[in-house]
Parts: sequence; C-alpha cells; structure tokens
Amino acid sequence: MAELNNSDIKIVTKDVNLFYGDNHALKDVTLDILSNKITAFIGPSGCGKSTYLKTLNRMNDIVPNVKISGKVLLDGEDIYENGVNVTYLRKKIGMVFQKPNPFPMSIYDNVAYGPRVHGIKSKARLDEIVENSLKGAAIWEETKDRLKQNALGLSGGQQQRLCIARAIAVEPEVILMDEPTSALDPISTLKIEELMSQLKEKYTVAIVTHNMQQAARISDYTAFFLVGEMIEYGETQQIFSRPKNKKTEEYITGRFG
Amino acid sequence: MRNSFIEKLNQLNNDLIKMGGLVEDAIKNAAKALEEDDVELAKKIIAGDSLVNEAEKKIESQSLNIILREQPVAGDLRKVSAALKMVTDMERIADNAADIAEIIVTANVKSILHISASITEMAEKASRMVGDAVKSFVDVDLELAQQVVERDDEVDALFNEIKTILIENISHDKSNVDIIVDTIMIIKYFERIADHAVNICEWVYFFETGEYKSTQII
Repeated sequence: MAELNNSDIKIVTKDVNLFYGDNHALKDVTLDILSNKITAFIGPSGCGKSTYLKTLNRMNDIVPNVKISGKVLLDGEDIYENGVNVTYLRKKIGMVFQKPNPFPMSIYDNVAYGPRVHGIKSKARLDEIVENSLKGAAIWEETKDRLKQNALGLSGGQQQRLCIARAIAVEPEVILMDEPTSALDPISTLKIEELMSQLKEKYTVAIVTHNMQQAARISDYTAFFLVGEMIEYGETQQIFSRPKNKKTEEYITGRFG
Repeated sequence: MRNSFIEKLNQLNNDLIKMGGLVEDAIKNAAKALEEDDVELAKKIIAGDSLVNEAEKKIESQSLNIILREQPVAGDLRKVSAALKMVTDMERIADNAADIAEIIVTANVKSILHISASITEMAEKASRMVGDAVKSFVDVDLELAQQVVERDDEVDALFNEIKTILIENISHDKSNVDIIVDTIMIIKYFERIADHAVNICEWVYFFETGEYKSTQII
C-alpha cells in the first residue's frame, strides 16, 4: 500500500481477537481504515468479516459470552476504553444492516428519530435535517411529497436508502454497512452503490459484501478474511488484478472449497 | 469450485497452444520453402492460412464469452485478456508467412537467395523467435520470453544489412528491380514476424505479472 499520513487513517485496529465462548472468531486482526474511502470486507461465510465490522462500533457488546482484546482506535481514541459512551460512539459510527429495518412510523419520523434522541427539538431544524439526510441518501425526490406516510410502504430499495438517511441524520463520521444490498433487486442495488460513492466524500464507509463484483466496483480498499484471519488487505485494484496471497487468488477466482 | 469455468479456461489455453502450433508451422515452412525454393510447400502455407483465421475467431469468441459469463478476475482475467491480444499477433504472423509464400510461388527465388546468405539466416532467426515465443507461452517461461525480445535486435540488424546490399545492387544494375522488390518485401515480412513474436512475449509477461512494456496496466 502507498505511504499513508496519520490524518488519512480514520480507524486503527491492532491485534484484535474476539471469542464467542470458545469460538475464536477473530485472530490478531490488524488493519487501518482510511478516511473518505470505501473499504470492503470479503470472504466466505463464517470468516469473521461481519464480526470484525461489528467490533468497529461495539455492536458485539450485546452478544453474550463475547471476549474482545486488542485495540480499536477511532481518530486515535480507544473505543473500548472504560467510560466510552457507546450511544455517542454509535452516533459517530452509524450502521446499515442487510435487511432494511425502518421503524414502523412515518418517513419523516424515521429520519428525525436520531436527532430527537440527541436533543434536537426545533421543528425548523428537524425539517432541515430530514431534507438534507433524504437528499444525501438519494431518496428525497421519491419521498418529499409523502413524508408523513408510513415508511413500511416504501419498496425494499427505498427502505434501505431511508435507513441510510436515518444513519446520516445524526451526522456520523463513519458508516458501516453489513451486506446492505443482499436483499435488494439489481436496480436498487445500483442506486445504493451509486450512493456509496457519493457518501465517501463526507464519510468513511466500510462494507461487508458477499458480492465480489460489488467490492470490485465500489470499494477503494479490500480486505480478505478467512477463518477469523485477515489474509490480505490492499487497494481494490491490486487485490482483484494481482493478489499477493495465494488464498486470496483462490477465493476471488472461485477455486475455493 | 467453479469447475465449468476452469474447464473453459483450460479449453482456451489448449486452443491457444494449438493455434500457436499452426502459426509456428506456417513460419517454419515459409523459411523452408524459401530456402529450398519449394513452390508446393509455399502453396500449402497459403491454403493453411484459413485454419489460423478460424482459430483466431474461435479464441476471440471463447474469450469474450468468458468475460461475459464468468467475469474473470486476477490471473484468470490476465489470461483471457492476454489471449485476446496475443491471437491478433499470431494471426498476423500466419498472414505474413502466407504473404512470403505468395512471393515464393511467383518469384525467382534462386536469384533472391543469391543476393545474400543473410536472407536465410534472417528467415531462420525469425522462425525460431516465433517457436520460442509460443514455447514461452506454453511453459510460462519468462526468461525465454525475455530472450526472444532481445533477439529482435539481431533480426533488425540483418534487415538493415540486407537492405543496404539491395540499395547497392539497384544503384548498379537496374535490370533486377523485380527481384530486389520481391526480396525487400520478403525481408520486411520476416522483420514484422519477429516484431509479432516480441509482442506475444510481452503478453506472456503481462499474463504472469500484470505488467506490459514495463508498465503495470492492471
């Protein structure tokens, strides 16, 4: 990888190990996630890529019998240190899941939910946030005349973009996406992919995907995981044209398993 | 395991090796037909060119279908794209061999050979370059590929040497102009054939490394 300035690094993970009971799910994972880039995590099911993603905003905390060691630094600050406010952390590091999960309330209230939780009460300010967030998630034109309607009436692809709008409404710095398009049709998938390349101008994006072509299309950097280990990490162009590790080549060319 | 995909790649590889064999035969026979003034052999080369054209079309179609249906990456993508580029050079070599054969059929070959012993030397060198280019591909032998690239200078030097002799000949004796013109065409074809052999080797190098003419193009 090219030489990096410290200011380019948003998240540092160093020797991260994670156990679910006796199951050693992440083994000494060390990698840096760069600011305003899309970083993709690929690998077969059970390789640890989603588990790794969830360590970045402490989503694994709620899993019983989980034990995590190593360091995860956001802008140099350890997010696992005692006294870290996890709610505030997740405001900074938002997440979008595989299945669109809008709240059963209006489109407007879905987006305004986070800002309200964080204390914003002014109607004018909320209106502004809702509009900007929906615009940022490329769904404003489709929803501006139906903001009061229930979000569950939107299509799957629209719901997922609404979830992205909801994530960016609290002005995060990082957006984690866990297979955000695996439940969507190809057109909705392309819209989300287009959106991701716009999002990286303002945010740092990390995505877990099972779709290798998607990783190749949209990401700047790719990390390949296998049985809990991070096998290779590099520029996406390099990973998909000249992977250095034989296991990476075997996986991406389908000579695996 | 993507068995059917791997099967398609193996088939592509086998077809490239087969086409390489046809092309190698064409240029070897062109050098031989010239050396031995063998019109029958020259006619066979001309007739055989259509086989090479068919092989080229088949490989192009296979490669494009693999890209369309399998979206190859990494070494597989390099292989398929190298195949697409290489077949063009292979086809040109066979064309040039057929061009030389056409001249052999109609020209005064003995007089041509009388001009300089370097003509057969050049034919043999170009022919060996093609043979080794194909071998470097089959064996993925980058060292051999590099040797072929370097040997192009020898063929270029012979081309210039013969050209100088031809210029001298024509300035003294205008009665042999047709022989001179046939000779210059033959040596130009051999010189181009050597260039195409170099191109094949450059694509072999790309297939292994992603580097083409010292630039990382993928």
